[in-house]
Amino acid sequence: MRPYLLKGHERPLTQLRYNREGDLLFSCARDHNPTLWYSDDGTRVGTYVGHKGSVATCDVSWDSYFLITASADSSAKVWVVETGECLHTFAYKQPCKAVTLSLGDKMAAISTDPFMAESAAIRIVSIADDPRDSSDEPLVTIPGERSRFSRLKFTNCNARLLSAGDDGYVRLWDVETGKEVEANKIHDDTVNDLQLSNDGTHFVTASRDKTSKLVDTATLQVLKTYQTDRNANSAAISPIRDHVLIGGGQEASEVTTTSSRAGRFESRFFHKIYQEEFGTVRGHFGPINAVAFHPDGRSFASGGEDGYVRLHHLSESEYLKSDFLDA
Amino acid sequence: MAATKMRWGDTLDDDDANDLPPSTETGPDARGFKTKVEYKRNDKGETVKVTTKTRIIKVEKKVYEVEKERRRWRRFGNALNEQEGESVTARALEEIPFDRVRQQKQTQEEKKQSLEQALQGHGRADKNAVIGNLKEVLYQRRMARQLAVARGDAPMPDKPPGEDDDVPGLPAAGKSGGFVPSVMRNRSAVGETMDMKRREENSVRVTNLSEDTREDDLKELFQPFGQISRIYIAYDRDTGENRGFAFVNFVMRDSAQKAIDKLDGWGYDNLILRVDWAQPRAERV
Repeated sequence: MRPYLLKGHERPLTQLRYNREGDLLFSCARDHNPTLWYSDDGTRVGTYVGHKGSVATCDVSWDSYFLITASADSSAKVWVVETGECLHTFAYKQPCKAVTLSLGDKMAAISTDPFMAESAAIRIVSIADDPRDSSDEPLVTIPGERSRFSRLKFTNCNARLLSAGDDGYVRLWDVETGKEVEANKIHDDTVNDLQLSNDGTHFVTASRDKTSKLVDTATLQVLKTYQTDRNANSAAISPIRDHVLIGGGQEASEVTTTSSRAGRFESRFFHKIYQEEFGTVRGHFGPINAVAFHPDGRSFASGGEDGYVRLHHLSESEYLKSDFLDA
Repeated sequence: MAATKMRWGDTLDDDDANDLPPSTETGPDARGFKTKVEYKRNDKGETVKVTTKTRIIKVEKKVYEVEKERRRWRRFGNALNEQEGESVTARALEEIPFDRVRQQKQTQEEKKQSLEQALQGHGRADKNAVIGNLKEVLYQRRMARQLAVARGDAPMPDKPPGEDDDVPGLPAAGKSGGFVPSVMRNRSAVGETMDMKRREENSVRVTNLSEDTREDDLKELFQPFGQISRIYIAYDRDTGENRGFAFVNFVMRDSAQKAIDKLDGWGYDNLILRVDWAQPRAERV
């Protein structure tokens, strides 16, 4: 396969997201402009201009009408996907890290980093039918501690909020009351990414402790562990096969000390159940910060520290036909 | 100078005078090839026939109705000022394969480990399994030899080599601790070497094998030609991958010859096999 190289960002990528149908790909990077691409040939549709800090995460509504982004400029912005117009800005006093939309897109959860004397916090805000009328006043504020929340997800029909943090914990919060329901320290280091499976029953995490874990959403028990022997920055679950895609590699600050081969800057495919690595796709010049599967499972995107997004359309013969068992 | 220069009026005449054959285009055939034949005149005034072949491949793709709509979206933000030719999107020139992770080495080590474990007596079931397997192998070997003898392809063994000393029909060697004449003592050795020689005679060398060929694959490939007594694949000690060659020993020379005739130049695993008689050890040096 010959991947498409999307060189729209000047700075390292932070997150990639496909919309529900999978025809649109959103990329967030440390530069200030989240970007929209067509996922089939990588044409750049537009950029969302307005943030004054690096953009950490984004989420897109079910109907692909609006996009919400969280930035280190202490704001989360709601954009019209089609035109790039900014509808609303949720402004806070601390840098924003994680953002996620609830089922039905009526609520958003935004996490803010610990800053100066302030602790980390998660704010659940409501999004009005016309996002312009949304109020900055949160419905619920969940106070955290000194370590920040890197990823958030609504689960259990919006009754629970799942969070992953720099302290290696995954937690379940009650959305109505803001109380902690369940907590489990599954990693020894920062959890960099958390992505739900298609049905939401389990999720995969990627951590700086060089492992990636498959965790049950309801009980937060670890089901499987994938050893990556390098930092895991991002992990995704294939929507069609029992595969887990993990992106990572040697820390960017240590890259110059070793050869590029030793860095393992590949997208790595693990079997979800056997926990065994069976395939890799190379290409990036630095660690991979973000991976995402297309909703149809036949292509994936990876974004690296090198500022490139690579769009891979997996070929039938190479990837889809044979599993690693008969290789 | 001025005379040779053509005027516009002349050129029009010229074109009419030596009319080039009209360019033809034959539509996509069964395999999707479209052929276009054009006639041109080059700088020297020669007529050149240009044939262009294009293959048209239709790829069917199902898309949502909304996707088609979204495809018509106008550019915005930084993409608006994007100039023609300086697109931020490029197709990689290099073919990036989906690399399979090979874990053959590990599995071989594991095999060895489990075998060792079994031999040491850890885990009774394993031990029994191994012994059962060994018995089966020995039995098969003995049967193969007896079959060969019965067919008259192989000479009656003077002394069965190796493990099956309990085969009847040998007066001297059968009794343990009994006197063995010196002639007999040597005979066993001679029998052994003869047997070795015979084996080498029927040995076939297979080269240009792909790296992941295993014994079972070769067995499957060579079995149709006759009874195989041994398959040896040279493995690389470091990587655990095979080094691209193997020896297959047949019980009968005929079958070895058949295999060579048929499989030399045979395409296997994207490679063309070379199958030949193995060189006797002495010649190889």
